[in-house]
Amino acid sequence: MKVLKDLFRDYRFVLSFCVLCLLLFLAFLTVFSPYDPTLWGVVPRDLKPSWKYLLGTSSKGQDIFWQAAFAVRNSLIISVIAGVVSRVIAVTVGMVAGYKGGLTDRILMFLSDSFLVIPLFLIIVMLAMLVRQMMNLVTLGLLLAIFGWAWDARLIRSQILSLREREFTQTAVLSGTGTLRLVLKEYMPFATPLVFSTLINNMSWAIGMEITLAILGLVNMDIPTLGTMLQWAISYQAMFLGYWWWLLTPVVLAILLFVALYWLSVSVSEYLDPRTRLQRVGAQ
Amino acid sequence: MNGTILRAEQLQAFYVLDIFGTRRVIKAVDGVNLEIRENEVYGIAGESGCGKSTLLKALYGAMDPPLRLIGGKVYYRVEGKDVDIFSLRPDDVKKLRWEYISYVPQGSMSVLNPVIKVKEAYRDFLESHVRGKTRGEIFEIAKEHIAALGLPPTVLEAYPHQLSGGMRQRVTIALAALLKPRIMIADEPTTALDVVVQRGVIQLLKSIQESLGNTIILVTHDMGVQANVADRVGIMYAGKIVEEASVEEIFGNPLHPYTRYLINSLPRFGDKGTRESVPGSPPSLIDPPSGCSFHPRCPYTRPICREQTPGFFEPVAHHKVACWLMGER
Amino acid sequence: MEKLLEVENLTKVFTLGSLLSRIRIRAVDDVSFHIRPAEIFTLAGESGCGKTTIARIILGFEEPTSGAVIYGGKKGAKNERVWFTEGVQAIFQDPFGTFNPLRTVEQYFFETIQNYRLARTREEGVRLIDEKLRAVGLSYEEFAGKYPSEFSGGQLQRISIARALLTDPKLLVADEPVSMVDASLRMSVVNLFKKLREEMGVSVVYITHDLATAYYVGDRIAIMFRGNIVEMGPVEKVLIEPLHPYTRLLRESIPEADPSRRWGGRIALTETEYQEYLRTGCKFAGRCPEVMEVCRNRVPGYVEVDGVQVRCHKYNPL
Repeated sequence: MKVLKDLFRDYRFVLSFCVLCLLLFLAFLTVFSPYDPTLWGVVPRDLKPSWKYLLGTSSKGQDIFWQAAFAVRNSLIISVIAGVVSRVIAVTVGMVAGYKGGLTDRILMFLSDSFLVIPLFLIIVMLAMLVRQMMNLVTLGLLLAIFGWAWDARLIRSQILSLREREFTQTAVLSGTGTLRLVLKEYMPFATPLVFSTLINNMSWAIGMEITLAILGLVNMDIPTLGTMLQWAISYQAMFLGYWWWLLTPVVLAILLFVALYWLSVSVSEYLDPRTRLQRVGAQ
Repeated sequence: MNGTILRAEQLQAFYVLDIFGTRRVIKAVDGVNLEIRENEVYGIAGESGCGKSTLLKALYGAMDPPLRLIGGKVYYRVEGKDVDIFSLRPDDVKKLRWEYISYVPQGSMSVLNPVIKVKEAYRDFLESHVRGKTRGEIFEIAKEHIAALGLPPTVLEAYPHQLSGGMRQRVTIALAALLKPRIMIADEPTTALDVVVQRGVIQLLKSIQESLGNTIILVTHDMGVQANVADRVGIMYAGKIVEEASVEEIFGNPLHPYTRYLINSLPRFGDKGTRESVPGSPPSLIDPPSGCSFHPRCPYTRPICREQTPGFFEPVAHHKVACWLMGER
Repeated sequence: MEKLLEVENLTKVFTLGSLLSRIRIRAVDDVSFHIRPAEIFTLAGESGCGKTTIARIILGFEEPTSGAVIYGGKKGAKNERVWFTEGVQAIFQDPFGTFNPLRTVEQYFFETIQNYRLARTREEGVRLIDEKLRAVGLSYEEFAGKYPSEFSGGQLQRISIARALLTDPKLLVADEPVSMVDASLRMSVVNLFKKLREEMGVSVVYITHDLATAYYVGDRIAIMFRGNIVEMGPVEKVLIEPLHPYTRLLRESIPEADPSRRWGGRIALTETEYQEYLRTGCKFAGRCPEVMEVCRNRVPGYVEVDGVQVRCHKYNPL
């Protein structure tokens, strides 16, 4: 596990890794939740944090600790689905457009540019309003994925374009390697840091979007996520009533998540950057 | 014999790298002694990775991390006195640059600012070093300088990308000669250039040296260029100078086994007989061989070569060789 | 005398510029030559003369505007590159660019073996690789598991040759194989070409601007200038007694490793490349020390003088 050892030298990775492990643990704990997260009134309302109710209770009569655990889990699920699916689309589009060039490239880039130009937010709002009742974690994740690939596809395409001109592409062709295998084997090592860092950024973006949509009331408010928790707390005037434990929990968790994801992305992509990888290769 | 204008004593400059916890020390310049004279062209030759570019940087005083000065001194003879450049304050060193000593780095075709015309680059230079002239006078100085060196004056009105690589190289060299420095250092000025263009660059360097009567230190691995332009040549290997002599001696009577291989491997017209290159591969500067660094590739290795690094012997007047074989004579 | 490879009236035109100002550059202008088996054919000239473009066309990386490449009697078509490259392989200029810096070098070898079905088991493959490596002076042990950055330029270039030899090609296209290799290590690579020709009957298209090594290793040579072949013939004749003024200029400009033979005269470099490409008549007319009126107006045809083909009005029987 030399890789992990090398990564642990970076304080950013260490911190973000710890925070994410903690959050994942929290998400995992939901398996043991004594309450059904969608039910109201399962515990006394508006209690301050105590040993019995670690983070207090909300005006809906829910234990905030367990709500938070579910919120973290669900938000992560949404962002992972959004991130992964959009990566798959972005990488496919980027690589095909970059390597094939010509008409294929133009069509794909036209498609990608369209997705960039149309007012994303409004479309999401529109769609969200239409499918609101059917909205669950997966559909929300997919919805965000469809709007999250366009920018990165172009990024990957640029990378492929420059790699195509390098001489080792010609060596691979002369070795008889077919197009698909060439792109996967030769270019992926260069594209991986891009894919990874954009994955993390996309995940952050997805969480942010989810929170925004929730505040606007456009998601299924029964499912606890960081956004819906925040929205409920706001609509129940938690700030004015002084129920800081209810309001702060989703905010602090969201901030932790954003910072951790950012540091993770930065440290890992620095590690995966071909230039530093080359230095490491020489050092072995 | 001309006076000494630059002296290096036991110069040691290493790159100290710390990559992911592993410390690597690249001994690029490991104990170099040089005496460069006035009014001469001194060539430094050697394989890539032998430390020549680092040596130039050290002689110029450009020790940017991870390059560090580990030991030794470099003296310039300024106004009759020896000045240790590493003991100077950064401001004083800056004053010396471009007026006393100028540096044309490798790949200097890309050194010109791409968004300004060439004449602006010249103006920047002149303005920061010459006081009390109007813009018009400054442009005149630049034009005269360019014309005197045989370059077309239209070059000043162009942007760098409009000029060919060879022309850019010559413009950069002319810029380095603008303030009539006593020493000019050029790092591989002709690599990546076509043969005919290369000739133009070499001619430019020669004409600058002749008209200013200054010193040019030229680093190139191309022995043909060395033969055409250098007065004295120093052969560098694994961070040390292993042979130094006049250019006629180096080519006519190479004594160090490495130099012998180098000279004999050069193809010559009229002779299609087999030539051999130096066997083996260049040594690692991180973990150089013990004693004489050439011993793993040398056909004449003795036990002492493995154990002790040879100093300079002088079997022929003004012809220094760092080889134990010379000690036996 | 069979012809292994024949290039017939090859032309390649590049169009540069935008919609408003187009420049058409004839990078390769009606070039014809042939290569025999077991011969080292040198294509020499300065940068921008079209030699690399010809190499790319031969290898199938570029489509000619007109003209044909005939290999073993068959014209190469776009999709038939696989059979073509088994007999034709290439070496490139930058040894460190030839291999992906993030992959081990041996992976290319194994891929070649797999794609061309050169061995049935891994052991057989290793043996084949070792055989080819020994032919270039290396062994499998010192090569396995290493990345390109762990070799020197000269070694890597030899490894590149070994990879090219895996398919037992009849023709090797070497594009400036030693220009990025140190002067002291060049011979090791260049001597290999000689060995390949003598022991294995491989032909080499040696593309270079270094006339010294071209003289040392070549059998026949073609000098190119701005897309045209200006002189072609046996290396002894063309480089020792050049006929075309450009060849003479090149020959004189080579810095010889002999301090007693330094350059005498000086040269002037004034015209830009574009202007030279766009000339009507002989493209060298702008710089030619022996230029005549007819040179500026009419393109010279090929004349054969003592076994050497020259494209120059000086030798035109007019």
